[in-house]
Amino acid sequence: MKTTQTILETKDLSKIYNGTPVVDKLNLKIEEGEIFGFLGPNGAGKTTAILMILGLTEPSSGEVSVFGYNSTREPLKVKSITSYLPENVGFYEDLTAWENLAYITRLNHIPEKVAEERIEEVLSLVGLTEVKDTEVGKFSKGMKQRLGLGTVFVKKPKLAILDEPTTGIDPQGVEEILKLITKVNREENITIFLCSHLLYQLQKICTKIGIFSKGKMNVMGSMEEISKKILTEKSNRLEISFNDAQDTSQLIDSIQRLEGVLKVEKRAEDISLERIYTKYFQEGS
Amino acid sequence: MSGLSVIYWKELADYLGSRKFIILFLIVTLTAGTIIYVIHQSVSSDVNQFTGEYLFLKLFTFSAGTLPSFIFFVSFFGPLIGIIFGFDAVNSERSGGTMSMVLAQPIYRDALINGKFLAGITTIAIMLISIIVIISGLEMTVFGIIPTLQELFRIILFSLLSIVYIGFWMGLGILFSILFRQTATSALVSIMVWIFFSFFILMVANVIADQMAPLGNNASLELIAKNEGIRNMILRVSPLILFQECTTAILNPSVRFFGVTTALKNLEVMPSPLSIGQSVMVVWPQFIILIALILVCFAVSYVVFMRQEIRST
Repeated sequence: MKTTQTILETKDLSKIYNGTPVVDKLNLKIEEGEIFGFLGPNGAGKTTAILMILGLTEPSSGEVSVFGYNSTREPLKVKSITSYLPENVGFYEDLTAWENLAYITRLNHIPEKVAEERIEEVLSLVGLTEVKDTEVGKFSKGMKQRLGLGTVFVKKPKLAILDEPTTGIDPQGVEEILKLITKVNREENITIFLCSHLLYQLQKICTKIGIFSKGKMNVMGSMEEISKKILTEKSNRLEISFNDAQDTSQLIDSIQRLEGVLKVEKRAEDISLERIYTKYFQEGS
Repeated sequence: MSGLSVIYWKELADYLGSRKFIILFLIVTLTAGTIIYVIHQSVSSDVNQFTGEYLFLKLFTFSAGTLPSFIFFVSFFGPLIGIIFGFDAVNSERSGGTMSMVLAQPIYRDALINGKFLAGITTIAIMLISIIVIISGLEMTVFGIIPTLQELFRIILFSLLSIVYIGFWMGLGILFSILFRQTATSALVSIMVWIFFSFFILMVANVIADQMAPLGNNASLELIAKNEGIRNMILRVSPLILFQECTTAILNPSVRFFGVTTALKNLEVMPSPLSIGQSVMVVWPQFIILIALILVCFAVSYVVFMRQEIRST
């Protein structure tokens, strides 16, 4: 049996800017192989927490350890096993995709021969092999984001911290990125720390979710655990669709009278743009 | 120094391949060529103004008519070159989002500015040395003057001095690129500092000297000396003046002192050129101040950068 190892642990991690706590006694524990969803509104202090995990910002108090290394005292060790995709990732625009990745491998002291193989591998993983010799300045936002994921995975980290990896990307691109993340998580056993405020994405792929707001971690656990905590009233829902023409008021009435029915609601069909979009692009093409 | 050499080589490649390097190099080469040409013209019209010892060095300090000497050219436009290489070093990385990506790699934070600074100095050195070599080569072929060993050493010293001087301005540019988030702001502030030390310091020095030691119609010798002393002290705040004094002494072996001296002192000196060591002694303080300025610039950049927050937003 495989024993899981703690990858990331924070103890009462706090950061205070000008008297206001941005991160307030954060306690986190992430095991190997997890996809942790770090959920919170804008300005909740997510990025600050991440920077402290990486040792790029010094905590006001508390401790962070990544794989047993203290982030404040041994930032280089932490950074060599951790990858970080910043929210607004940027590249050297006049270098090609390949050169940008090569720079990252050199900064990580990966020997050239190994690096070349890995770069090719990663480029095909993120689907940029065809444009590897194109200058990044000519890339679209989605391509840049995928290259960003490339820089994360090229160093084969134990932990990958992704800060809003899907902002500004079309729904199909989001889908691809999420697939990619789950793929590396499974195949390369890279623990993922995914930071986002898009609930739908998190729910889809995360094994553990933490809700963070105003510097505090409010709830943390798997989807079921969280829903148990927050949604105390649990009910089953049943959806029935009808033709437009049919008169439903009688039916609603009779359903309402059945035993155990809490509530019957009549709604016009949800026309969601998402459904139209996915139908158009996925089924159409 | 983890990561320093990687950053150094990358930045060096960036600098040498950048458009600004190519354009600057062309401009500077053209200007150097023009200077040689004008000297050639004026010398061939009047050979007498070009005699005596240290002919080879004279070509660097010689100013013909409207065109300035090479020293003046370096002292005046060198800062601009330094600023152009430095002003966007850090804030462009910050706004481009590359800084957080690079610093998330296992490198020390200071490796980034150290690497940039060293790469910049190397670029400047390559540029400057090649121009000096071009000029020397032209001189040798056009005028047929071969430098003596001493002249060669003096030219090497001059090159080093120029690199330090332009390096200071690049350091200043880098400092402003750390202090200001916008590249436009850092560029403007750097250019303002440059203009101040090139033009306004002269006015400021005159005004303050005249206020502190007003010269009447029949001012005493002491007063004139005092006035001049104050003026020089203020002027020596400017790296431009420091550099001009340094290079003048290095390239002109007959320069023994700067500022006002009594006639008696002048009579006592032998009218023979100084050796290199003595020439260096003449401008040793100026040289030390230049080095100090570059160190201060770098130290402040370092401290500010190490304490700065990384996040780009």
